[in-house]
Amino acid sequence: MATASADAIRARHGAGADVALPDDRWRRLEVAFWLIPIVAFFAFPSYRVLGSQILITGLFAVSLDLVLGYAGIVSLGHAAFFGVGAYTAGLLAVHGWHEPISGLFVAAIVAAIVGYLVSFLVVRGGDLTRLMVTLGIGLMLWEVANKAAFITGGVDGLSGVTIAPILGVFAFDIRGTTAFVYSLVVVFAVFVVLRRIVHSPFGLSVRGIREGGKRMPAIGAPVAKRLRTMFTIGAAAAGIAGALIAQTTQFVGIDTLGFSRSAELLIMLVLGGAGRLYGGLVGAAVFIVAQDYLSGIDPVYWEFWIGFLLVVIVLFAHGGILGGLDALRARFARGTR
Amino acid sequence: MIGNVIGVLFDGLAYGSLLFIIAVGLSVTLGLMNFVNLAHGAFAMLGGYVCVMLMTRAGVPFLATLPIAFVAAAVAGLVLERLLYRHLYKANPLDQVLFSIGIVFMSIAIATYFFGASQQPVSLPSYLRGQVHVAGVDLGVYRIFLIVVVAVLTLALQYMLDHTRFGSQVRASVDNATAAAGLGINVNRVFALTFALGSGLAGLGGGLGIDVLGLDPTFPLKYMVYFLLVVSVGGSGTIKGPLIAALILGVFDVAGKYYVPQVGAFVIYALMVLLLIIFPAGLYGRRT
Repeated sequence: MATASADAIRARHGAGADVALPDDRWRRLEVAFWLIPIVAFFAFPSYRVLGSQILITGLFAVSLDLVLGYAGIVSLGHAAFFGVGAYTAGLLAVHGWHEPISGLFVAAIVAAIVGYLVSFLVVRGGDLTRLMVTLGIGLMLWEVANKAAFITGGVDGLSGVTIAPILGVFAFDIRGTTAFVYSLVVVFAVFVVLRRIVHSPFGLSVRGIREGGKRMPAIGAPVAKRLRTMFTIGAAAAGIAGALIAQTTQFVGIDTLGFSRSAELLIMLVLGGAGRLYGGLVGAAVFIVAQDYLSGIDPVYWEFWIGFLLVVIVLFAHGGILGGLDALRARFARGTR
Repeated sequence: MIGNVIGVLFDGLAYGSLLFIIAVGLSVTLGLMNFVNLAHGAFAMLGGYVCVMLMTRAGVPFLATLPIAFVAAAVAGLVLERLLYRHLYKANPLDQVLFSIGIVFMSIAIATYFFGASQQPVSLPSYLRGQVHVAGVDLGVYRIFLIVVVAVLTLALQYMLDHTRFGSQVRASVDNATAAAGLGINVNRVFALTFALGSGLAGLGGGLGIDVLGLDPTFPLKYMVYFLLVVSVGGSGTIKGPLIAALILGVFDVAGKYYVPQVGAFVIYALMVLLLIIFPAGLYGRRT
C-alpha cells in the first residue's frame, strides 16, 4: 500500500523527482557502506587513530546535516555544541568521573539543553539573522572558554583527561584500536537513531518545512516547534561527537569551539552532499584523508585548495559527491533503458 | 577620569569610522543584491597590502598609497563581480555563504603565500604621529585624521546618493530592482559599479586601518563579525544606519577592552546577539 502511493507520487513528479515516502528499510548499499569501516579496521591497522577521527567528524557532520540539510537552517556556529559536549566529557573526566559511556550521555544532555535554549533565538528571523545568531553564539562560547581558563585551561586546552576502560574491560591504547571500535559502535548507534528520526513522520514534516515554510502551518504543522526540536537533536548529536573526541584523544582543545571548525564542517557536508545523511560521513572521510595528505605537503596550499573547492562546488557541482553519483546513476539508468 | 572617558570615546569613534568605511560597501551590496558576502574583508586586506608594499618596496609616501589602494581593490571587486559573484545573486543564502567563505580561505592562503603570516608594519609619516593636547585631553593625531577623512567621505557618499544620476539609479535599484530595470536603468551595470565602489572603499579602509586594526592574512576572518554586525544592525541600503551602528560598535568595543579586559570580545558578541534578537528584521533592506 505504502509503496503503491509512493509510486503514484513518483509517477506524478517524474522518475527523477526527489520524493520518497518514509521508508525505514536498510538498503543493500547502506549495509555495504557500514562494512567499509570494519574492513578498514583490519586493512589499515596503522591508521586506526585517523579512522576514529573520521568516524567522529562524520557523526558531527551528520548532526549538522539534520540542522542544515533537513531543517534548512544555515548555521555558522555548530561547533558550539561539539565544544560543549567535548568540554562536558573532558571536565567530568578531569574531576573524577572517568566512566566513558555515562560521560557520553551527560555530554549529550548538556549539549541538548544548550541547543534547546539557543534554538529559540535561531528559529526567529530569516536566513541572514540565523546565520549571524549562530555565528555570534559560537564566538561567544569560544570567548567564554578562552577567558574562563581556570576551568577550561584557556588556549592551552584541557589536559589531564583520564578515561577508565570501557565497560571496565577495554582500556584506551596508543594505537587507537579501542578508540576506533568505541567510536564506530557509538557513531553507528547514534546514526541508527538519527536515521530513524529522519525517516519518521516528524522528519518528513521538518523536510516539508524546509521545502515550503509558508504552507506547512496551513496543514497544521507547528513550524517553530518542529524546527526547535530538530535543532536540539542536532545539538545533542554534535555533543556526543564532541564527547567522543574528548574521550578518545584524552584532551580538549579550544579549537573544538572555533569558527574554523564550524566552517570546515560546512565544507565537509556540502562536499559529501547535504540532506542525505550519508553525505556528512562521506564528506568527512574525503576531507580528512585529503587534509592528512595535502597539509603534509604544505598547510597554506591546503587552505587555498579548500577555498577553491568550495567555490567550484557552489558554482558547478551542486549536491556534492553523493549528488554527483546520483546524477551519474540517473543518467546511466536512462541510457540503458 | 573624565579625560579618560573622553579619550576612550574618541578612540572608539575613530575605530568606528574605520569600520564604517570598510563595511559601507557591504551594506550596499547586501541591500542591492541581497548577497551575503562574507569575503568583504578580503578587499580591505588587499588595500592594506597594496599600501604596505608600495611604502616598503617602492617608497611611495603613505598618503599617495591610499588612492592606489582604493583603485586596486575596486578593480579586483569589479573583476570578481563580473566573473563570479553575479552568478550567485539568485542563489540561496547557503550557497552565497559557502562561496564567500571559499573566497576568504583562498585570500588568506594567497596573502600568506606572498607576504608571510606575520603582522605587517606600517610607519606613518611624522606629521600623522604623536598627540595633540586639546582641552586637557591627549588625542592621537592619526585618529583625528581618520575621523576627518571618514567624515569627508561620508558626506561625499551621501551627496552622491542623493544628488547624482548614479545615486538615484542605486536607490531605485535597491528599492525595486525589477521596476528599476523596467524603467530602463541598466541594473547589472549599477550592481557592478556599486560592488566596485564598495570594494574600493573597503580597500581604502584597509589601508587607513593598518595602524589601528593591524594587517595579517587572517584579517578577513578576524573582522568579519564586525563588518556583518555593522550591516545587520545598521540596516542595508542607507548611509546613516551603518554609520551610527559602526560608531556605537567602535565605542563599545574600545570601552569594553579598556574597562573590562577580562571579558574580552565577549561584549561585542553579546551585543550582536542581543541586537539581532531585538531587531530580527533590521537585517532586511530599507524599511521605513
